[in-house]
Amino acid sequence: MQNPITDAEHRPAAERGPATGPLVRFDRVNKSFGDLTVLDRLSFDVDPGERVTLIGPSGSGKTTILRLLMTLEHVTPTKDPAAEGGVIWVEGKPLSHMEKGNRLVVANERHLRQARKKIGMVFQSFNLFPNMRVLRNVTEAQVHTLGRSKDEAEAKARELLDLVGLSAKVDNYPSQLSGGQQQRVAIARALAMDPDILLLDEVTSALDPELVADVLGVLRDVADTTSITMLIVTHEMGFARDVSNRVMMFDRGVIVEEGAPDEIFSDPREARTQDFLRAVLAE
Amino acid sequence: MDFREVVDSLPRYAEPLLVTIQVTLASAALALVVAFALGLMTSSRHLAVRTPARVFVEFFRGSSVVVQLFWFAFAMPVVLGIQFDYAIVAGIIALGLNYGAYCSEVVRGAIAAVPKGQFEASLAMNFTPFQRMRLVVLPQAWPEMIPSLCAFAIMLLKASALVSLISVTDLTAMAGLVGGRDGGVNQLPHYALILVLYFILAWLIWTGMRALERRAKRGIGIDAKPEKGRLTPAVAQKGMT
Amino acid sequence: MNEWNNDTVVEVFPAMWEGFIVVLQVTLVAGLIAVLLGLLVAIAERIGPPWVRRVVSGVFQFIRNTPLLVQVLFVWTATSLYINPEWSAFAVGSAVLGVHYASYTSESYRAGIEAIPVGQWEAATALSLPTHRVWGAIVLPQLLRRSSAAVANWIIAMFKEVPTLFVIGVLEMIAQAQKYQGQHYDGAVEGYTIAGILFLAASYPVAVAARRLENRLAKSHY
Repeated sequence: MQNPITDAEHRPAAERGPATGPLVRFDRVNKSFGDLTVLDRLSFDVDPGERVTLIGPSGSGKTTILRLLMTLEHVTPTKDPAAEGGVIWVEGKPLSHMEKGNRLVVANERHLRQARKKIGMVFQSFNLFPNMRVLRNVTEAQVHTLGRSKDEAEAKARELLDLVGLSAKVDNYPSQLSGGQQQRVAIARALAMDPDILLLDEVTSALDPELVADVLGVLRDVADTTSITMLIVTHEMGFARDVSNRVMMFDRGVIVEEGAPDEIFSDPREARTQDFLRAVLAE
Repeated sequence: MDFREVVDSLPRYAEPLLVTIQVTLASAALALVVAFALGLMTSSRHLAVRTPARVFVEFFRGSSVVVQLFWFAFAMPVVLGIQFDYAIVAGIIALGLNYGAYCSEVVRGAIAAVPKGQFEASLAMNFTPFQRMRLVVLPQAWPEMIPSLCAFAIMLLKASALVSLISVTDLTAMAGLVGGRDGGVNQLPHYALILVLYFILAWLIWTGMRALERRAKRGIGIDAKPEKGRLTPAVAQKGMT
Repeated sequence: MNEWNNDTVVEVFPAMWEGFIVVLQVTLVAGLIAVLLGLLVAIAERIGPPWVRRVVSGVFQFIRNTPLLVQVLFVWTATSLYINPEWSAFAVGSAVLGVHYASYTSESYRAGIEAIPVGQWEAATALSLPTHRVWGAIVLPQLLRRSSAAVANWIIAMFKEVPTLFVIGVLEMIAQAQKYQGQHYDGAVEGYTIAGILFLAASYPVAVAARRLENRLAKSHY
């Protein structure tokens, strides 16, 4: 099959990851809601094991990128039929599209189910299932979508709940936990699916300030002890600096600036990045 | 008024009482099945699934249950050539379909009230649409439906009296028969008696449903605080609109 | 067994139409009772002396939870045996239907009163408004707006229950179909079918309008 992506158009080869190729690739992706263009021919790559933090003012399209990867949203096709790209790739395979003959067509539900298997997400509002106890929140999808045995799923769940420090709460309902505890369960739930890519969408924004540290602590542990690829949207700049290899500054659906965290946070080149960081750090 | 006569004829109400309970339970069971089938269909995002269900719902809600009852009992055998062996079956089907149509709106509303984040988390967990419905959406929607379904169950009990009009011998019919003796001079206390019986049955439904609701809410970790003890089906409004 | 006959449809239709007009008349009378009495009940349950509240709410709970059909038979028997046998089925039937549905509308009004923010009552108290001004100028206008769609829906539901009154001889559609059947030995099948269609034709547009009203009120400012 002919790969419609031509690498040369993107970034210099030196900046690309190992020879295995990128894990995630946005190739000139458009996304608009009605008249509002959120992403405008956006392209970037993420290598295996990389931790990328997306920063930028609200409405800049960061969350939309995560939601597109989770297939909660779908890319907007380009109006110009001659325009190439508009495709999201994961592990060298199209995510938003599927191969039909040697053309790419918009993915159907079956393709999406297959494609999203390797992706996990932690939401801003936790979204635990209130009708299931903590343990079952973590085992349910293992059993029903990965086909693991109940015992296997439970062992895995207990191990992960131990990791996030909630072994004592396995028999509680989500409504009986604090926000921070709920979010830690949600992290365990996402990790239980053995994702290659973990999407963290403002996971501390809905929490009371005193609960933020616990959740970030758990995520630091995960980052230190695994090689899982992460895409992070956050306003916690300290956390972003510690955990990520790369920071991308967004504004109005385009990348304003990107680089190593030290570079971006200590010595931003672009005025928009400087303004944004000043505003965030002043909080 | 001769109350002794009413007390003496009490045993004659035993069997009709069972008939009333039977009609109510059977049509409630049918209504529940119909409500879930139609409620799930009207929640579908596919127009081809939604439209026939909507037409069915609007058809049954749009017309009168009394007329539907007569139609099922007397007109359907002629028009469609379907004849039931017993009038009671026609009654159960008419009531079950009519209330099923109303209750499908309760089901649809409760499903629509499940937060969007639950759908998104189910998708992130890669559940199939069927798994999402079975494991996540319905278990959460169910406790929300119970008060409205309870209200409709009581309305169904009340509507069951209508089967006396298509010659089923339920409580209402029996009160007419027994009280109608001697030119109906002692009719009134018989009607009073069954009004009280119906009220007790309604109270039983209400009590049972409240226990069910508390249990269902505990099943999702909510401690339902007991509300003021008030026998009120105002929540049925949810399905009426 | 009678068979479906298109000619009979044409012949029975005028009688059914007459029955339909009766249904509309009953709806008008009973609807007025339901709208006004329901409001009175809701207010009495809110500000009446304790014994009034208890009696009113007990009586209306009983009415709400027992069959309309039996209530109609009970009251009809009571009036014709003990009060005045001259009273018409139309009047008695409409009254019973109206009171029965007042038991429902009162619940909608009650919900509407409870939905008025506590701050409104507190502001009225802070301004030392007399009770009749509190209700007349503050509560009722908000209440009527909030509960109008719900009450309209009960009236539509009531409209569809009018045929119950044929048991005491109100000449609505089922009674008309049976009368025709008695005279011509057929026509009941066609009659019931016409009745169903007339109900559908009349209530569907009204129900859609009520839903619109509800949506509009939901979006309005208060």
